[in-house]
Amino acid sequence: MKITLPYSGLQWSDLWFVLQGIGNTVLLTVIAATIGTIIGLALGWARGESKTARWAFAPIINVVRSVPLIIQLILASSFFAMAGGEASPLVAGCVVLSLYMGVLTSELVRAGLASVHITLRRAARSLGMSYWQELRHVSAPLALRAVFPGWVGTLIALTKDTALVGVLGYVELMRATQILINRTNEALLILTGAGLFYFLICYPISRYCRRLEKAMNHD
Amino acid sequence: MIEIRNVRKSFGNHEVIKGVSLEVKKGEVLCLIGASGSGKSTMLQCINGLEPIQAGEILVDGISVHAKSTDLNLLRQKLGIVFQQYNAFPHLNALENVALAPRIVRKMRPKDALEIAREHLDYVGLSAQAEQYPTSLSGGQQQRLAIARALAMKPDYMLFDEVTSALDPELVGEVLDTIRKLRTNGMTMIMVTHDIAFARESADRVAFFDGGVICEIGDARQVITAPNKERTQQFLQRVLH
Repeated sequence: MKITLPYSGLQWSDLWFVLQGIGNTVLLTVIAATIGTIIGLALGWARGESKTARWAFAPIINVVRSVPLIIQLILASSFFAMAGGEASPLVAGCVVLSLYMGVLTSELVRAGLASVHITLRRAARSLGMSYWQELRHVSAPLALRAVFPGWVGTLIALTKDTALVGVLGYVELMRATQILINRTNEALLILTGAGLFYFLICYPISRYCRRLEKAMNHD
Repeated sequence: MIEIRNVRKSFGNHEVIKGVSLEVKKGEVLCLIGASGSGKSTMLQCINGLEPIQAGEILVDGISVHAKSTDLNLLRQKLGIVFQQYNAFPHLNALENVALAPRIVRKMRPKDALEIAREHLDYVGLSAQAEQYPTSLSGGQQQRLAIARALAMKPDYMLFDEVTSALDPELVGEVLDTIRKLRTNGMTMIMVTHDIAFARESADRVAFFDGGVICEIGDARQVITAPNKERTQQFLQRVLH
């Protein structure tokens, strides 16, 4: 059975195409969020604890935060090509987005750890806790509570930023949308649909995280 | 026994402890009194190694606190400390606050750690508040929680750093009662306090700090009621009137 909208080139098979795009968007988000958060934890902790690390990593953090992602993506992709490596758009996108997520997360981590009062940390150490025990059981849980809402905001922004990886030819939701628009000229309809899909990805994240946040603060 | 030998301590160029020596024997209660900034609190923080020292030596049961080879995490289990700010862990309820260190430092089974925690909450009179979080406790309750948390590590010595200074006057009594109870049970204690009446009542000896040195030390009643040094007299006159 073939149902088409009147005067439209849209077909049911295009839905599958869009779903693949959504799948790719989610894949990119999950990879970049995971790697980025790990980078952010390590970087934020290091910069919070050591002056040398704060100084040494400042340039990369300022560059990554200040240069538009679309430029970073194109430059990174070109760099991989020049270096002789044949990086797929997915790999280039993951590298750039992970680093971006890592840098933003690192500042959150640093702020979170700094929000734990030094006397509280001393009180923990005075009970015989080692540095790592104190970090694991006192500072980290408190820092997490302080910056979790900010991290969720960053995660949602990242989800939307994956749309930029389309410039490298990676067919995620936005790129899939553009391809369909080019073919069918149904810009309004398709963009509305794509916007709805982004909302359907992001909204559950924010709902779920709100619940986690409540649970952490024992409301 | 705690032995403090000729300790000097500076923050940057500012020397706050200028050669202090004293000894505290097992079972003794020593109060440190003196004006703000005279080095009493800093002295206390040096005893359990929270602050490094620039010269001298502190020995706890013969172990040098600031020696590189000393396992401070192990030594600190002998030395409970309670601060002016209560420093209860805000993400844990009262019971978990007390049980945390026994569980992760002493490696007790969670069940045993909770059992110990219940005993100590009971000791400071907080059994009814076991499930409450610090934000819902009064200052006096939080301070008693901090005492229970320190006691749960079964320390040989307790250090109290102006534990009633941040409290509303009507809450001071319950905390002092807890300390009296500890004294009755024979705990060795060093207390920094501005409460001269409490020092006279509960201390065996009192040390008067002035400008980073011990100006006068001796029997609590004698130092407070009949001090030998003029500086001590002046200080006591200021705070008692």
